Amino acid sequence: MTRDPKSLHYAESHEWVDVETSGGDSIATIGISSFAIEQLNDLVYMDLPEVGRSVSAGEEFGEVESVKAVSPLYSPVAGEIVEVHSELPDQLDSLNEDPYEFGWIIRVKLSAPAPETLMDYDAYCKQCAESG
Amino acid sequence: MNTADSLDSSLQTTPLHAWHRDAGAKLVPFAGYEMPLHYTGEPHLKGIVDEHKRCRESGVLFDVSHMGRLRFDGEQSGALLDHLLTRRVSDLPLGRTRYAMICNVDGGVLDDVLVSNVETPSGKRYHLLVVNASNRAKILKWLEPHLADFPTVTLTDRTELTAMIAVQGPRVLESVAKLFRFDPTRLKNYEARVTDQFGKPAIVSRTGYTGEDGLELVVRAEEAKRVWENVLLAGREAGLQPAGLGARDTLRLEAAMPLYGHELTDTVNPLEAGLSFAVNLMNGDGSGRSFIGDEALRSVAKENPQRQRIGLLPEGKRPAREGCDVLNSNGEKVGVVTSGGPSPTLGYPIAMALVDTTSLGEAPMQIDIRGTRVPALPTPLPFYKRTRKTSAS
Repeated sequence: MTRDPKSLHYAESHEWVDVETSGGDSIATIGISSFAIEQLNDLVYMDLPEVGRSVSAGEEFGEVESVKAVSPLYSPVAGEIVEVHSELPDQLDSLNEDPYEFGWIIRVKLSAPAPETLMDYDAYCKQCAESG
Repeated sequence: MNTADSLDSSLQTTPLHAWHRDAGAKLVPFAGYEMPLHYTGEPHLKGIVDEHKRCRESGVLFDVSHMGRLRFDGEQSGALLDHLLTRRVSDLPLGRTRYAMICNVDGGVLDDVLVSNVETPSGKRYHLLVVNASNRAKILKWLEPHLADFPTVTLTDRTELTAMIAVQGPRVLESVAKLFRFDPTRLKNYEARVTDQFGKPAIVSRTGYTGEDGLELVVRAEEAKRVWENVLLAGREAGLQPAGLGARDTLRLEAAMPLYGHELTDTVNPLEAGLSFAVNLMNGDGSGRSFIGDEALRSVAKENPQRQRIGLLPEGKRPAREGCDVLNSNGEKVGVVTSGGPSPTLGYPIAMALVDTTSLGEAPMQIDIRGTRVPALPTPLPFYKRTRKTSAS
């Protein structure tokens, strides 16, 4: 199964969110969009959080670095980090090629519904076009 | 995303701006100019790292027209520049270029510059001073009272009338040789001359800011696009590609060349920045030389600098960035990172730092990277040095 970017939700800070419900829990898978990856250009380092940490919506949970700059990663949702894609920092080239499937960064068990301010694909594309 | 239309009208552009825009460059503000950070998409390379590697492997072109080009005419121009620069200029032979600083009276660096002594085809000699884009207005203002002391010297700001193209890499000279009436390999490092490029004057110097062999060309603004495209065409077989300021920065960092505003500021003197080669405290006959900042620099030279620019290799993959604190093994702050990032050639992060000389010798140090203390090994500069062909002049 391939994750379809059109079916995801997006934060203004370019993270994507895919919420799935299983056994009563809502689990959000979080990554960064191909637009953001292209803008960052040449990723060199990623700093990831520990499993078990709680995050609030909009809280910084890690950072990604390109040749030129450091960019914080923000959690679009509130909850507990239940899984971290620990192989990702060693395979940042693959993140480039496959940001939506292999490129997932963390999974968060939601403690509150995903904020309504998250954008759908069309709204996010519009934001990207405007930010140029 | 359409960077092509995002031209900020408060920014200046170079004569090559339209070319960059049409080529899909990611344009960013730099020193008041809108400049390419890197290019995107076919037929260009895909980003900073590829552009960096292309420079080390064959060659790249940079538009460096944003840098200031100041022309000094008049017999006294050498004497004026002698007074302003940390290096002797009046004994600079025709066709030679020197790297120097402009200092304040305290020995702090106002700018680092290249000065050349060149002659026009009609036999007119003048000095060309290339200053940093970010410092051009400041230096022009700094020059004013001194120009008044040398009324026979005429200063012309040639920046907007000309363009400057840096062509850098091991295969550059063979590629562009056919574009000139003379063989540019006959230029030694730090030699410059005014030559003819398809009937139009061009200043060609064997200089650069990448650690590679190469040339820098100054041409009339209206000729810029033609020369740029000719160089690209001449270098097609060798794989020459345009590169932006992103790669220029990572290249100069590997070569440990200082960048004004980072390694050099008006509170850093050239001796602590490790640039004593660019300071002539004496005249050719061994007598004390007089220039702005001479006394301050003489006393620094006598007592040895309190700080020193060093190279550091942070452990792991996380780059240390400008502004990160450098700590000794006891965790006490001894300095600060002035430039840092990943080294595309070496494959690990590198950094330059300005540290207290008392902290030297005790390895390893630590760098505080946004709250995490990372061990960092002091290392000799430069991080990268090209292998010179033995046949090179």
